[in-house]
Amino acid sequence: MWKTILRRILIMIPEVIILSILVFLLAKAMPGDPFTGSINPKADPAQLHHLMEINGLYDPWYQQYWNWVVHLFHGNLGNSYQYQEPVTRLIGSRAVNTLWLALFTTILTYCLALPMGMYAAKHEGKLPDSIIRVYTYVTFCIPFFVILVIGVWIFGYVLGWFPTTGSISSTANPGLPSIGSRFYHILLPGILGALFGTVNVVQYLRSEVIDAKRSDYVRTARSKGVPEKDIYRHHIFRNSLLPIAAFAGYSITGLLNGSLFTETVFSYPGMGLLFINSISYRDYTVITALVLIYGILNLLGTLLSDIILSIVDPRIRIQ
Amino acid sequence: MEENLNRHSKISAADLEKLSKEAQDEATPSSAKIIWSEFKADKPAMVALVIVVGFILFVMIASLFINTPKMMETNIMNYNASPGTNGFILGADTGGRSVGQQLIVGARNSIGIAIGLTIISSTFGICWGLISGYFNGYIDWGMQRVYDFMMMLPMTMMIIVLVTIIKNYNAVTLTLIFSIFYWEGTSRLIRSRTLSESEKDYVAAAKTSGTSNFKIIFKEIMPNISSLIIVDTTLSFAENIGVETGLSYLGFGLPIQTPSLGTLIANANDPNNITQYWWTWLPAALLIIVLCLSISYIGQVVRRSADASQRHGIDA
Repeated sequence: MWKTILRRILIMIPEVIILSILVFLLAKAMPGDPFTGSINPKADPAQLHHLMEINGLYDPWYQQYWNWVVHLFHGNLGNSYQYQEPVTRLIGSRAVNTLWLALFTTILTYCLALPMGMYAAKHEGKLPDSIIRVYTYVTFCIPFFVILVIGVWIFGYVLGWFPTTGSISSTANPGLPSIGSRFYHILLPGILGALFGTVNVVQYLRSEVIDAKRSDYVRTARSKGVPEKDIYRHHIFRNSLLPIAAFAGYSITGLLNGSLFTETVFSYPGMGLLFINSISYRDYTVITALVLIYGILNLLGTLLSDIILSIVDPRIRIQ
Repeated sequence: MEENLNRHSKISAADLEKLSKEAQDEATPSSAKIIWSEFKADKPAMVALVIVVGFILFVMIASLFINTPKMMETNIMNYNASPGTNGFILGADTGGRSVGQQLIVGARNSIGIAIGLTIISSTFGICWGLISGYFNGYIDWGMQRVYDFMMMLPMTMMIIVLVTIIKNYNAVTLTLIFSIFYWEGTSRLIRSRTLSESEKDYVAAAKTSGTSNFKIIFKEIMPNISSLIIVDTTLSFAENIGVETGLSYLGFGLPIQTPSLGTLIANANDPNNITQYWWTWLPAALLIIVLCLSISYIGQVVRRSADASQRHGIDA
């Protein structure tokens, strides 16, 4: 197993290097220069030229790339031109918001998906199973952002149950009220995200449990007279759960992709919204940092899933 | 030998025709026939098919009669005209532009891009999967590393960055940019099927008899997995409508002057629009929902007909 994991990590290294070069070059290829907007419009072009020169923007790309990487390893991602503060601090403050939302969505997804998948499999072919299948089918087909928009319209504006923008109420007192306000703000996006995230887990768990139902160890347990309830709880559920746990890693990709839409619809100040805003302001340092972070998180998610799977499933280990 | 020949000569042309007709009737029905009988057996699927085909034809034809630049002109007199007033069936948006007309042109653009994207990305994904699955060893290994790398990229972000870099982009460049990122699912699926298919006897036989690899891949393996290809293409078409509209919604799809279902839904970003002027964005949202559900349903029916054990229709 260690060999598999080590090999996966070794493959990761060139991937990260290629990603960083790609990200860097794409940011360089973006039109405009980062200073024109930030300095006084009446400023002398010579001054701009000087700024570009001291920032090394006239150097060949590989040299700029190398400087960037060296800075990267010192934890210096540069300054945001739009916000005039270090990118690390800027992203750090936004990342907390995204993290809370992602965590809440993930927990809720599993809380919804596990009972649904089990229930559907237990009543395979009957009415509850059909209802759950229709539900997963509908959530699978409709684009996520459409549901977000309709959700925020109905529950946020028409019914007025949830806040529609921001991550915290401006009037919330520090301490418990502020935590409550934060939670209140992630409630609706979290629920909508979870309702949509369930489809993979439900379907995978359902087929896994249906397979397990017909397996020999379940038949043995049954013939030994183990009560049906215990068969599900101790035998089938436990065996079907571990592969599902591995999906948590893969779901990071979906969460990150979704964060762009969720945070835009809810004007939620996380990394996704920061990215969208930075694109309009051509804030290269922020853009490069975010694309790199999202890419590496994707990679780590996949790695995590592969590791869990190789622990759980001996067949993968042997290969 | 001679006896054999004599016997054959006794068969008249009419008999021969009759025999071949019998053989044809008994042969496995063509996949088109199976799919059609599956649709006939499933009423909702028929409805979905009629909706999708009818709607696509409608927007293609109706949009020919709409002058897009004229439609997109701002007219402050009709500011957020409600549905039914001033001849606007679906009302007008904040710029006084007809929502109904924008819906038709927008649907045409969105569907057009989705079709283009499906054709390009599926073709590429199918070829990638077939080649990668057929040639084991280094070729497969290399191609799978490219796949891994592409999977790692944050797709939506990369598309947004690319769209920003390209100065004058239009529907065609947009389709091409999307296509760079949306072939992976197809390629994985096709590869896994090709892997198991290449181990079958007919492939080994073809190899022994000296058939070229190119011919084996595209003339022997590909037709044998055609049902999978059809299913995957239908399902990715529904997904691709979501891809374009989603990006347009964020403001990085089609330019503002070119309406798309996504840009129409983006009207909802304005708190005034979302609460008071629901007609500026809700029809587009509902349209996407109906389209995606119908197309996916058609995909499910096609998938069922590809799997003999799940068919509902009588075998033709």
